[in-house]
Amino acid sequence: MSISPPETKSTQPRIEMRGIEKAFGAIRALRGANLTLWPSEVLGLVGDNAAGKSTLMKTLTGVHQPDAGEILVDGKRVVLNSPRESRSLGIEMIYQNLALAQNLDVVANVFLGREVTRTVIPGLVRQLDERRMERETRKLLNRLRINIDSVRTNVEQMSGGQQQAIAIARAVAFQARVVIMDEPTASLAVKEVGKVLDLIRQLREGGVSVILISHRLQDIFTVCDRVMVLRSGECVAERPIGDISMDETVKYIVGAEAGNLSAIAGGR
Amino acid sequence: MTLETFGLSRTKYIQLREGLGAWALNRNWSSLGLIAVILGLAIFFSLLNPNFYSETNLRNISRQTAILGIAACGQTMVILSGGFDLSVGMVIGLISVVGSLAMAEYGLWFGLLVGLLAGAMTGGVNGLLVAKAGLPPFVATLAMFSAARGLALILSGGLPITDLPPEFTYLGAGQIFTLPVPAVIAGLVFFFSWLLMKKTRFGRYTYAIGGNEEAANYAGVPVARYKILVWGLHGLLVGLAAVVLTSRAVSGHATLGEGMELETIAATVIGGTALGRGRGGIFNTFLGVVAMGILTNGLNLINVSTYYQMVAIGVIIAGAVYVDQLRFRR
Repeated sequence: MSISPPETKSTQPRIEMRGIEKAFGAIRALRGANLTLWPSEVLGLVGDNAAGKSTLMKTLTGVHQPDAGEILVDGKRVVLNSPRESRSLGIEMIYQNLALAQNLDVVANVFLGREVTRTVIPGLVRQLDERRMERETRKLLNRLRINIDSVRTNVEQMSGGQQQAIAIARAVAFQARVVIMDEPTASLAVKEVGKVLDLIRQLREGGVSVILISHRLQDIFTVCDRVMVLRSGECVAERPIGDISMDETVKYIVGAEAGNLSAIAGGR
Repeated sequence: MTLETFGLSRTKYIQLREGLGAWALNRNWSSLGLIAVILGLAIFFSLLNPNFYSETNLRNISRQTAILGIAACGQTMVILSGGFDLSVGMVIGLISVVGSLAMAEYGLWFGLLVGLLAGAMTGGVNGLLVAKAGLPPFVATLAMFSAARGLALILSGGLPITDLPPEFTYLGAGQIFTLPVPAVIAGLVFFFSWLLMKKTRFGRYTYAIGGNEEAANYAGVPVARYKILVWGLHGLLVGLAAVVLTSRAVSGHATLGEGMELETIAATVIGGTALGRGRGGIFNTFLGVVAMGILTNGLNLINVSTYYQMVAIGVIIAGAVYVDQLRFRR
């Protein structure tokens, strides 16, 4: 694995979020949060519960609309009103536990919402083109080096790691350039975590930018190029992985300055 | 020895192996069990009463079960999408009344049309209540149950509507070659429902919504729209069942179809379609309907009273769901 510093990459950030504010009633979930994501970069997004990680990501995927601030994709200002719109710009989010329909097979899940059909009676009857979807799914899984016995197996019969791999494959199947993963390793067996992290590296090699939300700092430090810490709706630290230690990161997360650990004991 | 010895290329071999593996894994093995049960029942009843195998009786079975089959197809689609409909019986009564009134007044074709449309409309209303108003299917369809029964009694005054055109009886009593018309209709309904659920986007979305509604939503499936479509189509099939039943009864009546909600759910569940999991399908329900048809007919032939039959069906529903849950418990 090689961590390439951001300056060797393109000078145009793929995503820029500037001064994002969002309030839900009296609760200010985001207070001017900034985020920069470069092409082919894995950004670790960490923070305590209710720090604003999900809200920030839901703003980027068009689930929430910000009260203030702007979002730029490839340098162009965009307004995202729905997940459909962000998806059309190549931004995909993999939700924790919400990604797959357990009762459907791999092919059906990968193509869910984007089925390929062919005409049976012109203008009247269209039929699912299962062969083509099956072929495309096999190609996709081969490209990502995901090993699945059969693409016609229902996903409920697969391990958590395999399911996560399918969810990732599904996200990148349609020219995604930004993939947001919410706790992809949270419910996985130890040996499966490595496979998911490998997959994240592969996406980066393929030119995809990844935002990884995780409570497992060891995962963040294994796979990410940079880490960004959110606290109370603000970005409190943003550093290349080489410039920050896990301990420091924890301190930023809980809000204790270096040496002032009494704040942790006192619960902030 | 290589694969090529058998004239198989490597990719072909992998495809074949994948296909077989998935076939064995995804196969609903319970349907094989059910086929065995059906054969067992058939043998059992034909030993007890030789009339069971007579042509007239087989025709009777198909005529009786056809109406159940038509409505059960709709119920199955709704159950696959994560709901269920308790209003089927009362809606059949309402449509029988409304369709008959329209038919007595404006003629055969208009009456048929009104019956089918009324079915699609009540289904659509159930769908709106579930998908848009967010009511649980239990509440929405129980409300429809009460409203439909009340409306049917208001419109008919509790009396049967008998002045129907004589040609109308063809639907319930007629024959195509030697097959009873209701059975032919049910066969077509089963076939097209099966195609719809297996081969089209509509079917795929129905399963996806039943399996994981939120995932379907995030994947860009217009969940509310498809739910309303599923309920509407179910309603249309209930309307069709009501029209055929009215023709068989040669009169429209508010009490026609009573108990059909439980019978359709029973046939669906016995066939192996699970409540609230998006598993099973139209073929399962076909087997469930055949099993129910043979059971009730056989019990009638050996003079078991319908009261005991109702008890038996209750026990069978509970048993079928229990067995299904055992299979999926982890």
